[in-house]
Order: sequence, then C-alpha cells, then structure tokens
Amino acid sequence: MTRVKEFNLPDLGEGLTEGEILTWLVKVGDTIELNQPIVEVETAKAAVEIPAKWGGVVTRIFHDAGTTVEVGKPIISIDTDPGAGPLPSAESLAAVTIAPAEGMVEPGLIGGPAPGGRTAVLVGYGPREGAAVRRPRRGTSHTSPTAPAGPPPAAATASTVVAPPVGPVAPATVPPVTAGAPAPAHVLAKPPVRKLARDLGVDLGTVPGTGPLGSVTRDDVHRIAEGRTEPAANAPTPATAVRPGPAGDREQRIPVKGVRKLTAENMVASAFTAPHVTEFLTVDVTRTVKTVERLRLRPEFAELRVSPLLLVAKAVLLAIRRHPMVNAAWSGATNEIVVKEYVNLGIAAATDRGLIVPNVKDAGRLTLCELAASLHALVRTAKSGKTSPSDMSGGTFSITNVGVFGIDTGTPILPPGESAILALGVIRPTPWVHHGKIKIRQVTTLGLSFDHRIIDGELGSRFLRDVGDFLTDPEEAMLAWS
Amino acid sequence: MAKGEGTTGTDIPAGGFVQLLTPDGDRIDSVTTADGTTYTVDFTDEEYRDLYRDLVTVRRLDAEATSLQRQGELGIWASLLGQEAAQVGSGRAMRPQDMGFPTYREHGVLYTRGIDPIMPFGLFRGVDQGGWDPNEFKFNSYTIVIGSQTLHATGYAMGITMDGRTGSADGEAVIAYFGDGATSQGEVNEAFVWSGVFNAPIVFFCQNNQYAISEPLERQTRVPLYLRAGGYGFPGVRVDGNDVLASYAVTRTALDNARNGQGPTLIEAYTYRMGAHTSSDDPTRYRIASEVESWKAKDPISRLRAFLTRQQVAGEDFFTETDEAATALALGLRERVLAMPDPEPVRLFDNAYPNGSPEVDEQRREFLAYQASFEGSGH
Repeated sequence: MTRVKEFNLPDLGEGLTEGEILTWLVKVGDTIELNQPIVEVETAKAAVEIPAKWGGVVTRIFHDAGTTVEVGKPIISIDTDPGAGPLPSAESLAAVTIAPAEGMVEPGLIGGPAPGGRTAVLVGYGPREGAAVRRPRRGTSHTSPTAPAGPPPAAATASTVVAPPVGPVAPATVPPVTAGAPAPAHVLAKPPVRKLARDLGVDLGTVPGTGPLGSVTRDDVHRIAEGRTEPAANAPTPATAVRPGPAGDREQRIPVKGVRKLTAENMVASAFTAPHVTEFLTVDVTRTVKTVERLRLRPEFAELRVSPLLLVAKAVLLAIRRHPMVNAAWSGATNEIVVKEYVNLGIAAATDRGLIVPNVKDAGRLTLCELAASLHALVRTAKSGKTSPSDMSGGTFSITNVGVFGIDTGTPILPPGESAILALGVIRPTPWVHHGKIKIRQVTTLGLSFDHRIIDGELGSRFLRDVGDFLTDPEEAMLAWS
Repeated sequence: MAKGEGTTGTDIPAGGFVQLLTPDGDRIDSVTTADGTTYTVDFTDEEYRDLYRDLVTVRRLDAEATSLQRQGELGIWASLLGQEAAQVGSGRAMRPQDMGFPTYREHGVLYTRGIDPIMPFGLFRGVDQGGWDPNEFKFNSYTIVIGSQTLHATGYAMGITMDGRTGSADGEAVIAYFGDGATSQGEVNEAFVWSGVFNAPIVFFCQNNQYAISEPLERQTRVPLYLRAGGYGFPGVRVDGNDVLASYAVTRTALDNARNGQGPTLIEAYTYRMGAHTSSDDPTRYRIASEVESWKAKDPISRLRAFLTRQQVAGEDFFTETDEAATALALGLRERVLAMPDPEPVRLFDNAYPNGSPEVDEQRREFLAYQASFEGSGH
C-alpha cells in the first residue's frame, strides 16, 4: 500500500463538478488525525468542512485558498506512516496515475455540465463519471491489448451521448453555450425551444419572447440566431488563482468570479438600462446626532447598535410612505411600472468577499427598535459571509453609507430592479449658518440617484428634501408626518 | 432503582408535551395527559445505562458516516444528529414481535432492532440496495420516497389483524416512522384514514424535526401535528422527542394499545435536526444560528448523562468506556465500508424475479455476452 496518499476532492453533494477551496485548516508538516477537519470547501450547494481521510503528516497542499478545483483532482497528500523514516524522492511521489480526462458531454443534458458547477443528473443518480472512457471491443481494436487506451476524441464521445441536432445549423460551427454562464432568471420557454436555443448557441435570456405570457418561441430563437454575426462566446479559460501577467511581477491577473463577477454584471446591467440622475443635498444633522445619543440611553435600545444610519433608514421609510413612486420598479417586459407597497430596504455592505447589498424585508412595518436589530443582524451576517441568497434578492430601495470611509458623498449606481438609492456621506463638524449666525454644526451631504424613467426631477427632489427635513429635525418631522 | 425527585401526576399544558426527563436532567416521575393516560418508566440502573450506551453509539456511528461522505466514500448521508432519543426510545419500546417501517433516517431504530449498522451503507455507498431481511429483524427496508411507507405499514397492520395475530397482550403491532414534512403527503393522510377506519394495530411515529428540508413547520400545518389525529378518529400525543424516557413510555403505551385491539395512535416526537437534511444540504441558508443554539441546550444525551451522574447510576469511567467502545465500533464500521466490493453490473438481473423468468434470463445471457466482448477485465 502506498505510504503517501493523495486525497482527491470528492463530489460533496450529488452531482457537483467542482468546489472552491475556502480555507486550509492545516499546513504542510502538520500532524493530523483521522477525521480531523482539514479544509473548508464551498460548492454550489454548501460550504462544508472536509475531515481527513487518513491520519499522518501533511506532505503537500495542491491548491491555495481561493482556487476552484474539479471534483476528482488531488487537493492534499498525507504521509500515513511518518514514523517509518524519510520519504523517497520527489519523482516517485510525482508518479501518480492521473485518471483520463472526462469526455465532453453537452451542457444541460444528463451527465453534462449545468449552471453553478453542477452536473445535470436525475434525482438519485450520480454523474456519469468516466462515461466517455470506453474499453475497446475485442477483435475490433487497432491498438494492441496491452497498450493503454487513451481518451477518445471529444467529438466522438459526444456523439455517443447526444442525438444529432435537428435543424439546418451544423453543430460544429456553433460552440456550446458557456457552462458557467448565469442562468437567465425566469425565462419562459418550452423544453424543445430550450434545446433549440442551446443547439444554436443562443442565450435564452437575451431573446425577447413573443409567445403566450411572454414565452420564447422557436421563431424568436431562429430570429436571434440568424441576426447574429458573431458566435457565442467560447468557454472561458478555467479560473485560477492570481497569476502574474505578461509584464512579469508588476501586474496581477485576478480571475473575475464570485461576488466581484456578480457586482460587475449588476452594475453594467443597471448603468446601461436605467437612466441615472443624481441629486445632492447638504443638511445640518446636529439634531439627528443628538437624537441618536439619547436613543442609546433608552433601555430598549441598550443591547442594540444605534447609529445615524438607523435614523437615515427611518427617514427613507417615512419619505417613501409620502412618495410611494420612489419605491417602484420598471418592468420592461410588461411595459409597466410596478409600485411596491412594501419596502425591502437594502444596505450596501463592504465585506471581505466584496460588495453585497442584503435587505431588511418589509422594513416599513418594523418599529425603530426592530429596525435597529434587523440592520445590525444584517450587517453582522454580511461581514461573516453568511448572507443567504434570499436576503440579497427582492430589494426595493437601498442605502449606501460611504460616510464610513470618510467620503463626502457619491453618485451611487442603482441595484438592478430598484429605482432609487441614497448615499450617506460623512457627518463632520462644519461652519454653518444657524439662526442667523455662523455656528459649528454637524453637517452631511446626501446623494440620491434615481431612475429617470420612473422618477421625475420634481419627485426625486421632494423625496430627498423630505429625507433631509427629517434628519434636520427628526422629532418635528415625526409629528408633522404622523 | 434510580428515581428522581420529580413531581407525580403532572398534567401537561395545552401545546406542551409528555416529558419525563427535563433538559437539565431532572426526572419527572409520571405525566398524565388530558385523556387520562399516565406515562412513566420503571427502569433498572442497567437499563438506564443501556439507553445511554445506545444514544452515544448511534450518534458516534452517524458522525463517522458523515465523515465518510465528506471523504467521498458515500454518495449521500442523512444524519440523525439530534434525533437520537426519539429513535432509541421508540425503537427500544418495540417488542420483538412488532414490525417497523422506517424512512431513510432511522439509523437509531435500526440499531435497536439488532441489525448490523453496516446494512444501510450499501445503499448510501451505491453498491447495493442496502437491504436486510425484513422478516428476520421485523424491520422493513429503508424507504426513500417520502411517506409511502405509512401505507405499506397500514396494509401490514391490517394484514396481521386478518391473520388473527393481534387483539391480545402478546399480539403484534406495527410502527411507521415519518417526518413532519411527510404529513403533507397524500399517502400519509390515506394511511391515517385506512388505519382509523379499520382500527389497524399501528403507531404512527412522526419525528417532527421542524424542517421539511428547508420548509419550516409553520408552512406545513396550522395546528400542532398530533392534533390532526382527532380528525381521523384516533388519539394523538406529543412527546419530547429529545427525552429518551418519555419517547419510550409513550411509544410502549401506544404499541400495547394497538396490540390489544385499541387501534392506531399518532405520536408527534417534538425534536430538532441538528445537522443538514442530508449531506447535500446547507441548513445555514434557511435556519438562524440562534435557533440551533437554543436546541443544543436540549440535547438528548447530555440530559441523560446529567441524570445518571446525579443519581450515581454511572460515573466517569462508564462514560469514557462508552465513548471508547462507540469509537471502536465506528472505526470498525469505516474499515468495513471501505472494503465493500464494487458490484458486478450483471447483478442488475438478480432480484428481478424470485424464480427467474425466461425473458429476463435471456437478457442476462445477452448482457454477459456483451460484457465479454470487451477487452480487459472488470467493468
């Protein structure tokens, strides 16, 4: 039995094809025990700890944290008998049989890659591992029986699994749809149309549907396919960790993925669909600052974190009640403006993994106390990297607190699907005309970006003015608007 | 005899449950429910220690299985973590002649039936159907499809009545296991209807672990699950599923009622799945950490340990010994799982018909010839 054993990344959840190394819990040279947690891996389904399969000494770690590793590839090697003296040379360690590469299977078909790094499988079935690696038939083989059978060409393999596409387009000219591309959200199309789109390399999410309920029809797909001059993007090179660029050590190439990729896609989608307008308002928030201090002394807020952001959130919620159109969304598909009667209040949070905007569901119904607790929990969850997808979806209005970075204000870009976002700048002591005299007051600048398709300058201005009025004198505004 | 200083004849409040051992390890002597049934247990010291041993062992084996899955040696694993007391208590309450119908998570009940714990691993490793002889152990195979085993159990229970094997103190009874999510299935409701109407000797043991994968209980029902039994015409009782003593007492009474011809009972064992639904699930996406923490304080093993220590039924030596024995069993299990042979594809044909069939035999011959047409060995 081999003394140094390599541990390959297993399929951690019914049909996964890859996982990202989050954290190594051991390092080379460490002595570890059987079932001791060694690494945290995140898959499309869950972040899990993998326990060591053998006790011994770690001799090699194959991938740094942040690397995405294919299922079946080695991630760690362990000397299972460290008491037996020094190890043999490195060459013998390297002489590890590598399994033949898996053959290509069409995306979306059973056994083929599916979005999110999964292999499409039926419930209860495993992925078709090694389906492409076939043993030669007796008497028909051109290779001698003793020669190892190499992996067959990908095209031949695919044809054993995939029926020839129906239709006029030769499959060889159309590359498959990128496996890692995000699945278009809620595109309606019948399965044969989806198959057609896949065969023709058309991203269903880009096809305007003309069928019932806005569903995509065969004709829609053909129209897009024929109108296109460029084929679909080729599959991207597999993401790897930071690697030096052509200029040597002075450039870094960071693969775009995860939160960064999502942020980029959202920002581009929003910036080039919603016409943004930004307005600014500089206000004296001395009374807000004082109110915050008084709230902190109240017993019901004793356990909570009370900050000016809480009152800004309250101001926004009250102002939305006075101007509901600010809390609306543009629905291009149905040619409608959707005015929401609930406010899912998003708070932009800077985390180790990048920018995320979780939201407080139905924030308009919360008391100030509940709002404070929710905001605190939201940010804490975000910082610990445990925000769930549902916490990040369905936002209707967002606040970004750039003031925490000491910045005056900004021109924020709208989260997709929302029609306004408020930037809160730093609050700093500033000379200010107060009751006819120059006094040192606590002053900040608010920046409101809004979707000019829905919100006219007048409405945006009134809304921002209301938020400013509240922060100038929270108590008066509470009374006046109640 | 180990008896605590608990109160006698406690009436449980509405929405409460039968509990004989509090989370702090305090013993309640007996509990009487609104219908006048009194629940208690009368164990010897050795029996208390046996229950503790069972709980620790099934948890340790479960932990080993979870590790094996993470190491790529099992395709999937459904952990019982947190539900040990409901399973061990109800499993030990079965008499030898009683028949059980499990889901795929009843590793603890399986252990109490004396079945080798290795048995279901063939299923989870994907090398065989994970079967044992249901008649030998009076315990049916694991059932993956949610709730369907309740109908199998109902049919079986109706069958033993027709065979005249019930209606006396030494008669037979049936217990069907399922979860809170299964109560929304048609099959389970059909099983309730048939059992109620035919007065079948069956106990429906629902481990309410609060989540149907990610769906919380409040999205499954508007009333406590045990109250549903009234609509089908038989009694329902809720028990603290993290209390092995109460789980035992309630199940024993219900099974004895069934074997004496008094018909079905629905038991709702109120418990919590501490781990994921299966190894493919990430519970942090739908449960908050504080909820899990609050259930840790109700752990089934630590409360029994506290009780045994306080009553001087067991000491540190016993606890250490139990842990070590469980670990040895788990490591042995690991070795046996890793040594499981890969199945020959031709086994596909083995269990199609008990006495063969010309058509399947022909297919088998063709398949063997096809396999033989390849170079090399193996499959």
